[in-house]
Amino acid sequence: MEIFLQQIINGLTLGSVYALVALGYTMVYGIIGLINFAHGEVVMVGAMIALSVVQALIGAQLGLPPGLVILVGLAVAMPICMGIAYTAERVAYRPLRSAPRLAPLITAIGVSIVLQNLAMIIWGRNYLNFPDIIKPSPIEFGGAFITDVQILIIGVAALIMAGLLLVVHKTRLGMAMRATAQNQQVAGLMGIDINTVISAAFLIGAALAAVAGVLVTLYYGIAHYHMGFILGLKAFTAAVLGGIGNLGGAMLGGVLLGIIEALGAGYIGDLTGGFLGSHYQDVFAFAVLIIVLVFRPSGLLGERVGDRA
Amino acid sequence: MKHVRTLGLTLVAVALAGVYGCGKKEEAKPAPAPKAEAPAKPEVVVKLGHVGPLTGPIAHLGKDNENGARMAVEDANAKGTEIDGKKIKFEFLGEDDQADPKTGTVVAQKLVDAKVVGVVGHLNSGTTIPASKIYTDAGIPQISPSATNPKYTQQGFKTTFRVIANDVQQGSALGEFSVKELKAKKIAIIDDKTAYGEGLANETQKAAEALGAKIVAREYTTDKATDFKAILTKIKGKQPDVIMYGGMDAQAGPMVKQMKELGIKAKFISGDGACTAEWTKLSAGANESHYCSQAGLPIDKMPNAKDFQERFTKKYGQIQVYAPYAYDATMALIAAMKKANSTDPAKYLPALATLSHDGVTAKVEFDEKGDTKHGLITIYDVKEGKLNALSIVGGAAAAPAPAAAPAAAAPAAAPKAEPKK
Repeated sequence: MEIFLQQIINGLTLGSVYALVALGYTMVYGIIGLINFAHGEVVMVGAMIALSVVQALIGAQLGLPPGLVILVGLAVAMPICMGIAYTAERVAYRPLRSAPRLAPLITAIGVSIVLQNLAMIIWGRNYLNFPDIIKPSPIEFGGAFITDVQILIIGVAALIMAGLLLVVHKTRLGMAMRATAQNQQVAGLMGIDINTVISAAFLIGAALAAVAGVLVTLYYGIAHYHMGFILGLKAFTAAVLGGIGNLGGAMLGGVLLGIIEALGAGYIGDLTGGFLGSHYQDVFAFAVLIIVLVFRPSGLLGERVGDRA
Repeated sequence: MKHVRTLGLTLVAVALAGVYGCGKKEEAKPAPAPKAEAPAKPEVVVKLGHVGPLTGPIAHLGKDNENGARMAVEDANAKGTEIDGKKIKFEFLGEDDQADPKTGTVVAQKLVDAKVVGVVGHLNSGTTIPASKIYTDAGIPQISPSATNPKYTQQGFKTTFRVIANDVQQGSALGEFSVKELKAKKIAIIDDKTAYGEGLANETQKAAEALGAKIVAREYTTDKATDFKAILTKIKGKQPDVIMYGGMDAQAGPMVKQMKELGIKAKFISGDGACTAEWTKLSAGANESHYCSQAGLPIDKMPNAKDFQERFTKKYGQIQVYAPYAYDATMALIAAMKKANSTDPAKYLPALATLSHDGVTAKVEFDEKGDTKHGLITIYDVKEGKLNALSIVGGAAAAPAPAAAPAAAAPAAAPKAEPKK
C-alpha cells in the first residue's frame, strides 16, 4: 500500500509540472490555434537563468535565506522568459498569423531550435547542478515519503491554476481573451486590441514557464539545455489528453499523465509477469492517450476552440 | 504586411544558418600545428578522425575525448613525425555523432569520404558498433577509447580495437564486488537501454547470479530521463541490498538523489559511465559512500599520466574520464604508422595489431580480437564527494583469461570470448 501511495505522490508531483507547462501550450492554442513548440525551450531558459542567478548569489556569500535566493532567481528569470516569448511572438508568429497553419508551426520549431542552441552556446553542453541550498528532507507518512520541494511544487501548481482560472473568467483581460478565442475579427470590431491580448497570452504562458523551470531544477537538482524538449513534448501530450485549448483540461491532463506514467512504470512489469518492463512506461502513457482520443477526439474535457469555427 | 513577413522569415533563416554554421566551423578547423622547421622537405597531410557526442546529454564526455585525441595530434605535430622519408602533418577531424547510432553511421561515412587513415572513437558502444562496419568496409583502423560493449570486437572485423577493458570484465567485477564485498543477497538492476548500459547490466547480472545473489528487480530507463522515482519506488518494495545502474553520470546523479528522497537504504553501484567527477555534483553529494567502477587504473596510478594530466588540465580543464584513453588511442595509430613506415591503412593495420606502445594509461597491446591485453577495473567509493580507489580487479592477462579476481565469474560471464586461438 505504501508503495502505491508513493507512486501516487511521484505521479502527482510530475503531473503538476506537466500541468504548469501544459497551461502555456493550451492558452496560446486556445486563442490563436498555434502549437507553440518553443514553449518547452522557454521553460529551459527559465531554469537556466534561475540557476545562474542562484549560483551567483551563493557565490557572493551574502548569507541570504535559501527561499529568498530562489525567489530572486525566479524574479530575474520571469521577465527574461516573458521577453523571449514576446519577441518570438512578434518576430516569428505575428507576421504569419494569416498564413496557413503549417507556416507558424514550422517557425515555432525554428524558434525552439534557435533557443536550444543559444542556451548551449551560453551555458555549455554540460549538465548544470542546482546548488543544494534546500536539503531534501523527506517527510514520512504511512510508509511513503514526500519532500518539502514536492509539497512546494504541488502547492504552487494548484495556486497558479486557480489564479489563472480567476484571471480568465473574472477579469477584463480574461474576457478579452475569451472573446478573441471565439472570433478574432469580431473581437477586434468590438474594440479589443487583439495584438495586446495575444501578447498577454504569450507573456502569461512564459511567466508560468519560468515558474515551472525553477521548480523542475529545484526538484531534480539539474538543468541542461536539452531539458525543455522532452518536458515540452510531455506537456503538449498532457494538453491534448485533457483537451487542448481548455485550461481545466491542461490541468487534468497533466496530473493524469504524471500518475499514469508513475503507475505504468511501477506496475506494468508485475501485471504482465515481466513480459513488459518499465521501459514501456511511455508506451503505456501514449496508449492511454490514443484510447482517449479514439473515443473523445477533442480530449477528456473537450476543445474549447470548437465554437471558434 | 508582406515585407514584415519576409523580414521575420529571413531573421529565422539567418538565425538557423548561424546555428548550423557554428556547428560546422569546429569540424573544419585543422589542429593548429607549429610550422615545420625544415621547409625544404615535402609536407604530407594525413587526416585522423575522431567521433564522439559533442551535443546532447553526454557532450561533456564527448568533448573530453575529443580534446584527448586533439592533444595527441598536436603533440605529434609539434614533435614532428617523419614516415617514409616524408614529413607528416596530421590533420584532426572531429565529428559529432550525438550519441545516436544513426548519426554515428552518417558521420562515419563522412570521415571515410574525407579519406581519413584512422579513427579514434566512437564514445558510446551504441554508436561504435554500427559505425565499425563502415570503417571495416573501407579498411580504416578504428580504436575506441571508451566503447566497452564486448560485441564491438566480436564481429570478426580486423579493424576494430579498443584501449579500455570491456564490459565482460567490468560487469563481472561489479557483480563480484556487490556479492563478495557488499554482501548483497538481493540485487536490483537498472539500465538505460543503450548498448553500453544494457551490456554492462547483463554482465553484472550474470556474475551476481553465478555467485548466488538473487536479482529482485530488472528495471529500465532512458539515457535522457531525469525522473526515476517510479522505478525506484517499485524497487524499494523489493528491498534489495544493492542497486546496480548501467548508464551514464547524467542519470546516476539524480538517481542517487531520488533514492535518498525516497528513503532507500540500499547501496548503489554503477559502471564507468557514471564514475566521473560530475557524478558528485549532479547528485548534490547524495552519492556519498556509494560505489562505482572505472575501466583502467586511477589516473594517479597510471604509469605515465602525470605529465599528461598537467598539460591537459592546463589546456582544457578537468579530465572527465576517457581523455587519456583517447590520447593513447590516437598515439597508438601514429605509432603503428611509424612502425609500418606507411600511412596507408592497409599497410599499417598489421603493425597496429601487433603494436606494443607505452601509453599514458597502460601499455597499449591488443589481443587477436582487438581488445586490450591490459584491461584493469578499479572500484571506487565516494568519500566526501571524491572518488576514492578501493580495489583494482584484473591483471596483465587478456580479457577472458581467469585473472586474479574474477576467477569465479569469468567462465560464466564470458562464454563467447572463450575460443582463443
